[in-house]
Amino acid sequence: MSAVSQQRPQAGAASSRTPVPTAALRGLGHPALWALVPALTLFCAFWLLPFARLVLMGAEVDRGSGVSAYLAILTHRQYLTSLAATLGISLVVSLAAVGIAGLAGFFLARHRFAGKSLLVASLTFPLAFPGVVVGFLVIMLGGRQGALAQLSLWLFDERWMFAYSLLGLFVGYLYFSIPRVITTVMAACDTLDRSLEEAARSLGASTWQVARDVIVPGIAPALLSTGAICFATSMGAFGTAFTLGTRMSILPLDIYGEFTNYANFSMAAALSVVLGVITWIALSVARRLAGGGLGAPA
Amino acid sequence: MNSSVSIDLEACGRTFAGGHTALHPLDLNIAAGETLVLLGPSGCGKTTTLRLISGLERPDPNGRVRFDQRDVTPLPIEKRKVGMVFQSYALFPNMNVAANIAYGLRIQRLPATEIQQRIDAVMAMTDLKGFGERRIDELSGGQKQRVALARAIAVRPRVLLFDEPLAALDAKLRDRLRIEIARLLKELGITAVYVTHDQSEAMALGDRIAVMHQGRIAQLGTPQEIYHRPASTFVADFIGAVNRLPVLAAGAAGRLVVHGGELHSPHLRGKRTLYCRPEDIHVVALDAAAIRGRVVESVFLGQSQRLLVDTGSDAPLQVDTGSRRQWRAGEAIGLAIPPEVLFHPEQQPRTEEVAHG
Repeated sequence: MSAVSQQRPQAGAASSRTPVPTAALRGLGHPALWALVPALTLFCAFWLLPFARLVLMGAEVDRGSGVSAYLAILTHRQYLTSLAATLGISLVVSLAAVGIAGLAGFFLARHRFAGKSLLVASLTFPLAFPGVVVGFLVIMLGGRQGALAQLSLWLFDERWMFAYSLLGLFVGYLYFSIPRVITTVMAACDTLDRSLEEAARSLGASTWQVARDVIVPGIAPALLSTGAICFATSMGAFGTAFTLGTRMSILPLDIYGEFTNYANFSMAAALSVVLGVITWIALSVARRLAGGGLGAPA
Repeated sequence: MNSSVSIDLEACGRTFAGGHTALHPLDLNIAAGETLVLLGPSGCGKTTTLRLISGLERPDPNGRVRFDQRDVTPLPIEKRKVGMVFQSYALFPNMNVAANIAYGLRIQRLPATEIQQRIDAVMAMTDLKGFGERRIDELSGGQKQRVALARAIAVRPRVLLFDEPLAALDAKLRDRLRIEIARLLKELGITAVYVTHDQSEAMALGDRIAVMHQGRIAQLGTPQEIYHRPASTFVADFIGAVNRLPVLAAGAAGRLVVHGGELHSPHLRGKRTLYCRPEDIHVVALDAAAIRGRVVESVFLGQSQRLLVDTGSDAPLQVDTGSRRQWRAGEAIGLAIPPEVLFHPEQQPRTEEVAHG
């Protein structure tokens, strides 16, 4: 954290020292602004207007409780638990993915062996799957007729399954988070200056001390940003959760339910806005932390 | 700090997985407290040799690395107590100057007071007083390399290893830091191995220089030996500029006929080519000249000027003169070469003869 607070004054100094870009933009004048018109039109028509409507709709009276939907989220246990569960699982998934895949990514970046490219390809393969397929795969593994159930039935005459619980959701989310982290970490490790590790080792640092003092700080921006993306993806993951038909109440399923089952538009809108804002905050915080260049090569 | 060791490499070769031989098995003895410079073009094996000494790389089987006669071959770098200074500085960007210098001391779990004392001592030695709280990205290149040096000597290593430490700096800074490093090495009396491709750096720093070429040591000797008595045409070419004078015929009374005149050189009788350095050729009056030619070009170097003189041979003679006279192209010029400055490398690998035609 101290590294972050040290970062600030420098960033401020940099911006105050560079008035040039503003002047350059002003110099370009109107033609440059006209070039923005198509993008702005699209932005207004397909994002700003619907989103503004969504925000306003969320403020309307909730059908169930009779108060503003935003207020209802904060005051009703059902929505708060759902919010907490979604936040919780997303956080745990992101941490687990960064931990597991961070190690794997580092290992893959640093070692050459036969079949490596095949391994990397198969590890990153889940990126190609939509959430529905990931959910299906989890059911194949831990569902009622899944591999684990068959095995435990044969061994202990019991059906073990986890697909429809929080654990199933966790496995599914982890499944599509890992490839992102692996590819990002591998790229970050490639840009890390090897002589930093060699210098640390020459000073007597053991392997884990090198990892703690050199490698993790060096790839921290990449870990933060990829973790935040995992978090954002998990917050909004719908397909997997829907396929698993999980008993857990999580935000994306709640939005779907309020909208289609109860036609409670204001609550669906309010939940959407909350989901969007949380995700946006996570992404922008990560971007700010990563942007500081905590030892990241430029 | 008198813990410096002698280093012995025994049949240390290094072949990479692809079959490429970076280093042919070599023997090298470095005395305790000596500064040895490994000099050569890129790909000559100098960095590989350094990495074998550091423990970052292991020699091929049969190769042995000894510190003070003790076999350290199986030890990784973190157990060898070597200090390293890199071209890229390799400072930890997430730590300030003091924390960088303290890093090795913290690893050793020294008491805080001793760490502070050592930081203060090495910062004074490397002229970094008052820089402790600075962030690494606030430092200039020269300051960064001084921090790297301070960090390396703070742990009192047995050996200091330099991997082209000045290559990323501009010329003026390079000269200054080179002098500082030389002073520091003398002060510490530590065994040092210094890799560079810059011959002036090698001359200024090395007690001895090992000129390397294609994975072998081409010559090992003091800077004077290397410069004045190069063992091969490769060394002669790599260190400074050199002139080749093909011998056309043997003249009367130990004289050798070359392009543009005759040379007196009894000790090199029978050689087919004579060599000499541009600064050893004198410009003399035309009627007293042993060799005559015409100026092709003059290049002003500041402290001297280099003349290219056409004597009728394939390549013009390079002549350095301190004279302030301005030469015009085509002007006739008289030259003299004292016999003692002429030399002939003993060993002439065939590859080089082919390469130079």
